[in-house]
Amino acid sequence: MRIVENVSRRGFLQGAIVSGVFILSARFVPERLWAAEGEAAAAAFDPTLWMSIAADGTVTIVAHRSEMGCGSRTALPLVVADELDADWPRVKIEQATGDPKYGDQDTDGSHSVRSSFDLMRQVGATGRAMLITAAAAEWNVPAKECSTEPHFVVHRATGRKLGYGELATAAAKLPVPNKEALHYKSREEWRYIGKESNALFDLPDMVTGKAIFGMDAAMPGMVYASVEHPPVLGQKIKSYDDKAALKVAGVQKTIVMETVTPPHLFKPLGGVAVIGDNTWATFKGRKALKIEWGSSPHSSYNSGPYRKTLEETSHKPGKVVRNIGDVDAEFAKSAQAGTKIIEAEYYTPHLAHVSMEPPVAVAEYRDGKVQAWAPTQNPQAVQDTVAPALGIKKEDVTCHVTLLGGGFGRKSKPDQVAEAAILSKQLGKPVKVVWTREDDIHFDFFHSVAAMYMKAAVGEDGKPTAWLQRTVYPPIASTFDASAVYADDEMGLGWNNLPFDIPNHRAENGPADYHVRIGWLRSVANIYHAFAIHSFADELAHQANKDSVEYLLQLIGPDRIVKLDLKGDEAEDDKTYPVDTARWRRVVEIAAHNSGWGKRAMGKGHGLGIAAHRSFLTYVATVVEVEVDAKGQVHIPNVWTAVDAGTIVSPDNIRNQFEGAAVFGTSLALFGEITATNGAIDQSNFNNFQITRMNRAPRYVDVEIVKSDAPPAGVGEPGVPPFAPALCNAVFAATGKRVRELPLSKTKLV
Amino acid sequence: MIRLKVNGKERTFDGDPDMPLLWYLRDVASLTGTKFGCGMSLCGACTVHQNGEAIRSCSTAMKELTGSEITTIEGIAPLHPSEPTPGSPGAPALHPVQKAWMEIRVPQCGYCQTGQIMQVIAMLKDNKNPSDDDIDVAMSGNLCRCGTYQRVRAAIHVAAKEMAAHGSAASDVTTEEPA
Repeated sequence: MRIVENVSRRGFLQGAIVSGVFILSARFVPERLWAAEGEAAAAAFDPTLWMSIAADGTVTIVAHRSEMGCGSRTALPLVVADELDADWPRVKIEQATGDPKYGDQDTDGSHSVRSSFDLMRQVGATGRAMLITAAAAEWNVPAKECSTEPHFVVHRATGRKLGYGELATAAAKLPVPNKEALHYKSREEWRYIGKESNALFDLPDMVTGKAIFGMDAAMPGMVYASVEHPPVLGQKIKSYDDKAALKVAGVQKTIVMETVTPPHLFKPLGGVAVIGDNTWATFKGRKALKIEWGSSPHSSYNSGPYRKTLEETSHKPGKVVRNIGDVDAEFAKSAQAGTKIIEAEYYTPHLAHVSMEPPVAVAEYRDGKVQAWAPTQNPQAVQDTVAPALGIKKEDVTCHVTLLGGGFGRKSKPDQVAEAAILSKQLGKPVKVVWTREDDIHFDFFHSVAAMYMKAAVGEDGKPTAWLQRTVYPPIASTFDASAVYADDEMGLGWNNLPFDIPNHRAENGPADYHVRIGWLRSVANIYHAFAIHSFADELAHQANKDSVEYLLQLIGPDRIVKLDLKGDEAEDDKTYPVDTARWRRVVEIAAHNSGWGKRAMGKGHGLGIAAHRSFLTYVATVVEVEVDAKGQVHIPNVWTAVDAGTIVSPDNIRNQFEGAAVFGTSLALFGEITATNGAIDQSNFNNFQITRMNRAPRYVDVEIVKSDAPPAGVGEPGVPPFAPALCNAVFAATGKRVRELPLSKTKLV
Repeated sequence: MIRLKVNGKERTFDGDPDMPLLWYLRDVASLTGTKFGCGMSLCGACTVHQNGEAIRSCSTAMKELTGSEITTIEGIAPLHPSEPTPGSPGAPALHPVQKAWMEIRVPQCGYCQTGQIMQVIAMLKDNKNPSDDDIDVAMSGNLCRCGTYQRVRAAIHVAAKEMAAHGSAASDVTTEEPA
């Protein structure tokens, strides 16, 4: 079938040197991966993984990260091709299956380029060195007299040339040069890295409908399945009646699936699967099912009372995650002196990911092994989830990665792939599981609901002398450990690393219980952290009668490297990517300048707002212009964003990411809200969980990328966090109404 | 038995007459360029043409389609199976809207884009020079979670200009599918 043909493994990946095919057999192991913890990182790499050159000159480069719209599948092979000096139109990309031999394959955390840039350069440079050595031997000249131009080795003195295809067989027989002996291109010599000409490899297929997403995967003889999940997490089936469902044309049978127990991990939720001849039959069959559900410990989850609990917790001291000076002493001093103390509370609801492609997977269990086709951000998580569900070994699960119709973090969690595999084992044939949009929204791994409490003492110049920030929400860790109530892993997402120039500064985190599965969504906790911090900063600016940009620059303070007291991976990042307030200041200045800040007359109902947030090691400042009409509806004529993401690969794609982040930010600021009643999610489709449509999207988003030679940082996520606070600050400028909770529709503007 | 034409080819269907066209196209006819997004006409990912007009295939039952001519993304530009990579040198002509999508590099994940393109082609048939506000009206039924609206808008202007310059003949092309 189409997908099996499309992504079938080619000879070179089987590890043998095939005549006429050059298999790069270097042992490429990035040192950081060796040093890192975790099974995937510690395992040995197969040395013949990354690229090959065929006798016809076709260069095949393996993409070990997924394509979900951020461009990773194109960007990493571009880096290899650049150092190899390959001619890009002659490059093919082979999508890797899930396998620890590739190291970490999780396309999340905005770290595909950041984590693999050096490795990809090494792969390309090794290939180029071997091709040059092969050509030099052929001509009997010293290698140093040879150089390359795209797809050719050239002997400069005589002008002789040999194509990469012609050299492939000879090059394959050579020893692999040491890493230390490699010659890398200078930045000026880069052909692809940082160039406007880069376009997504899959662009032609995307505009013709030929691109294969998970939804398009098929295997011979497969049946379709759709699962009626327990409406409340952990509910078991009391009784069910499938007589009417079985009468639906095309329905074959129903299968009861075991209800999930904590820790939930990425395990299937359970319920009743309807098996049928096609997707429609299974959807129709599900509507005819009669199921009586039992109770669950989460049946008492109601969003209104839960919010009160979070807010009460946010009024009490929490776990201290960063502490500078003595906030309490300063507050006491301030109270005594009668100087200004400002408090504010912020609240943001659960959100759903709603990638345009709902969760879907095809899997076949046969002879103790599974072949799965899935739109997954993390094929190794598929292995780790499917193997225990079926009682087989991880290496007996092969996960083929299709294109993803959006991911945003949801597709790191492959519960639907395990459903397909479990059902295939029971049915003895391949199964395609398709989630409806309603399934997708009801049974997401939700972005956390969060309550934040902020307090500042302000000196005579209006600058804070003490700043306390407290955040409370059910942590992502609860998905992996049901007893987890503190968000230790989320603190690095904009909470324990805020480099404002304030002498007394404390960040805290309070405990919260989970009642739904919690997961990460594009930019994760940065969303509510940035909303609280940068809304509060704007409140202080207003209280101090200062211009918002001027005040923000004061908070950022003098140019300096800020030392953060961090641990583990965060400490590692802090060495390579120290917090540099000069870079932060620069993006603020650029965004403000581009927006005409302070130089434009704003009409009635118009306003500008700014926020600047560092996340995924990238500095972003965003200015939003709003127009609030007579009905209180918010329109966004313009957005200006400035980005310093260090070294970049594909500038046009990065602009697309930040244009999209403004739309994603608009969705969560204006519309996004998931609530629960008696444990079940209230929203179900795009009518009641709205995302931005074209008529409400920012009309024009300007993105300026700061030129930088710093190491590459993230680009997929960092555009999102500053958007909502910048928008709400603009609403304040336009209306005088301060927005302290999202979505904005909760605040009456007229 | 329901008879209809899909991309110029006669087809018959004797399954569940309530089956939406979307699932017929995807699961029965193996034309997977048309996407499932919501099942309720809320997102536009499933947009195809019925007799040249844009419809949501997720909410159009097969029984309503007797005698209809359906065009999907696979049928809007001539297909040449011997030249499988559109956009590369020597490749077949794309529809001007597809070309504009390539030029502006609209897609991120790409999933909604076939529906966007089908909606645009239908819009440009009726309105050859749409304003930004016209585009808002015509395109706000097509969701893109990646947020490519700015590029969708820019590409529509590019396509409209191109089609005005070279006539709109390409907009109604339907050809036989490759065997």
